[in-house]
Amino acid sequence: MTAPLLALSGLTKAYPGVVANDDVSLTIAPGEVHALLGENGAGKSTLVKMIYGLVKPDSGTMQMHGAAFHPSEPRAARAAGVGMVFQHFSLFDALSVAENIALGMENAPKLRALSKQIRDVSEAYGLPLSPDRIVGDLSAGERQRVEIIRCLLQDPKLLIMDEPTSVLTPQEVEILFKTLRKLSAEGTAILYISHKLEEIRSLCDSATILRLGKVVGHCTPSETSARDMAEMMVGSILKTPLRAGKTPGAVLLDIQGLNAKSPSAFGMPLRDISVQVRAGEVLGIGGVAGNGQDELLAALSGEQPSGAGMIRFKDHDISQLGPIARRALGILAAPEERLGHAAAPDMTLTENAMLTGAVRENLERGGMLDWPAARRFAERIIKEFDVRTPGPGNAARALSGGNLQKFVIGREVLQRPEVLVVNQPTWGVDASAAAAIRQALLDLAENGAAVIVISQDLDELMEISDRFSALNEGRLSEPRPAQGLTVDEIGLMMGGAHGMEVAHV
Amino acid sequence: MDLSAINPVLFVAGFLVAATPLIFAALGELVVEKSGVLNLGVEGMMIMGAICGFATAVETGSPMLGFAAAAAGGALLSLLFAFLTQITLANQVASGLALTLFGLGFSALLGQSYVGIKPPRLAEVNFGPLHDIPVLGPVLFSHDIMLYLGIAMVIAVWVMLKFTRAGLILRAVGESHDAAHALGYKVVRIRTLAIMFGGACAGLGGAYISLIRVPQWTEGMTAGVGWIALALVVFASWKPWRLLLGAYLFGGITQLQLNLQGAGVAIPVEYLAMSPYIITILVLVVLSADKSSAPASLGRTFHASS
Repeated sequence: MTAPLLALSGLTKAYPGVVANDDVSLTIAPGEVHALLGENGAGKSTLVKMIYGLVKPDSGTMQMHGAAFHPSEPRAARAAGVGMVFQHFSLFDALSVAENIALGMENAPKLRALSKQIRDVSEAYGLPLSPDRIVGDLSAGERQRVEIIRCLLQDPKLLIMDEPTSVLTPQEVEILFKTLRKLSAEGTAILYISHKLEEIRSLCDSATILRLGKVVGHCTPSETSARDMAEMMVGSILKTPLRAGKTPGAVLLDIQGLNAKSPSAFGMPLRDISVQVRAGEVLGIGGVAGNGQDELLAALSGEQPSGAGMIRFKDHDISQLGPIARRALGILAAPEERLGHAAAPDMTLTENAMLTGAVRENLERGGMLDWPAARRFAERIIKEFDVRTPGPGNAARALSGGNLQKFVIGREVLQRPEVLVVNQPTWGVDASAAAAIRQALLDLAENGAAVIVISQDLDELMEISDRFSALNEGRLSEPRPAQGLTVDEIGLMMGGAHGMEVAHV
Repeated sequence: MDLSAINPVLFVAGFLVAATPLIFAALGELVVEKSGVLNLGVEGMMIMGAICGFATAVETGSPMLGFAAAAAGGALLSLLFAFLTQITLANQVASGLALTLFGLGFSALLGQSYVGIKPPRLAEVNFGPLHDIPVLGPVLFSHDIMLYLGIAMVIAVWVMLKFTRAGLILRAVGESHDAAHALGYKVVRIRTLAIMFGGACAGLGGAYISLIRVPQWTEGMTAGVGWIALALVVFASWKPWRLLLGAYLFGGITQLQLNLQGAGVAIPVEYLAMSPYIITILVLVVLSADKSSAPASLGRTFHASS
């Protein structure tokens, strides 16, 4: 076996109240593609942040090429040949591609020379990208290329990728994997964080599995089944959501020619969306983030009123109604952003339960709030959705992302909606909780509600949808029965590989 | 009324002087806001610069030392704002307002014994024969060094923001502090430096009023120029050249209304006095149609929590 490129031994990092990494050891050889697996909160991010110099370990050592390696800041890590592609938060929307890349380099050349380098690298690795474009206008896949090229220009020995495919279409994933295999063949090691197990099985040479900050196992992904890996991550047996075959009922929600401007500068307008949703049906809406998901949710929930006649519920035209009036009719929504949109971060769970439940749960009488009832409602959500929290008096901010997500979804499901619209219902939720949320959505449909699930997790959509359609640049594709759809067909519905036409010009 | 009493040469020379305090203050605030910090304390830092500069110039007899002290005074007061907003993570709007109120009060206290004194005069730059060119000479080549410094700084800030790496990093911090932090840039340090630069510039602007434009010390003599500077930054869409244009527009109309008052135009003085504010804001509102140029992290508190 060749000498390891990077060897970690006994790394420990504790934050107040939680040990994020406990005695973690692993080695990566040059050219190896090593997967880091674990649920949210398992300590993957903390571990890679230590390698990248963003976080200092409390104890333990790191060695690079056999020499001690203690990056005190990302600059030192980059100088040692570590590059990192972040999941979010590392691009500047208002700056151009070249400027963004210059910011991540130690000795950035003049912009003109850099633009040429960017073109060269993007051609060499099959990652089409124009250096002069403003990042705010790029698709998620193109943004990721910016980050990858930023790393490649520094000739890294180790490339860390944090959940790189969660925002890509299947075609874009293929491009990315080709690039990564090419890099690996050239001797660059890759540390790959993901929870998409099939991808890891096709890409990675070895895997380390973390649970609650500890290493719980190593495996060779190509020889281990996805289910086994998932159970190692979770530490228990997984349940697959069940659904009974059923025939959809009457049309509950009828959307005709929905057009809407986006409220934000870098948002996506909705263009001529028409779809009908029936009682007892789950409509899955896929698509890469930023293609109109937030805008569609706003239009359906009533945050953004639309033109007369565009949205009908049973026999009412509800296009102009606001969220409260729609809630009264039974049209409920749970947006993607948990803190700040679905829940008020500094208010307690009881108060948050009151905020959306007041109308349908009769928590308000003649303008007076019935707090004991709101508290009982919050307690019911906590109990039925297994929200881990000391009690309903806790602030929403104090809950972990997954627990708050269970609360937010549970709050809407328990209000007996006739139409429920959810955006990214299991984003950042661990596997067993995600299964519980999906089961709750299926049960809801079973009992005659129409459910619209907007998500970027294609596996999730395939698992629970009756019909599938995709949002691409604000347009919704014709819904098709989810059963029997192939990955290629889904990819084409999602718009194929974004920006590839640039490469052929 | 006698419009011929307005001498165009003196008028232009006068509005260059009237615009200079605004150029300094707004330019400093532009850099601060580009780094993602909203400092509403410009007025307070200006008046502190005005008294620090005035007192030092009177005591030492050197106007240049006065300007240096003004910059130091403004920067020192801004450091208080930097401490509040960057270290203790206080709200930027409230801290900025507090800074203005504190500066106004504290400067009045410092300046009690300086009321009614004349400061030493800052000499004009000697351009030799250039000064004798008709019209152009008195308009362009008969001013003090600070006025030219103001224009030079507009150019310097423009070059810095557009062409240098330091400027790119400053813009990046203002655009997304989380991303900048993830790349390893010291967000708090960069912002603190920007805040101090803004304070020093505001101080210079204040001292320009008390040492050259007026020149004397009275309480609250900056009279809202700091607020105009704040508005100017926004309406100039955070672009140095537009800022210069706006400052000259404001200075020009201020000077014009003073001349019109002097010429006895039959319009109530109050209307004339408010005209610079109204016209400047109207013009800049039209210019600032593209609002997308605001730094995305402007006014948001940064905490490196992860």
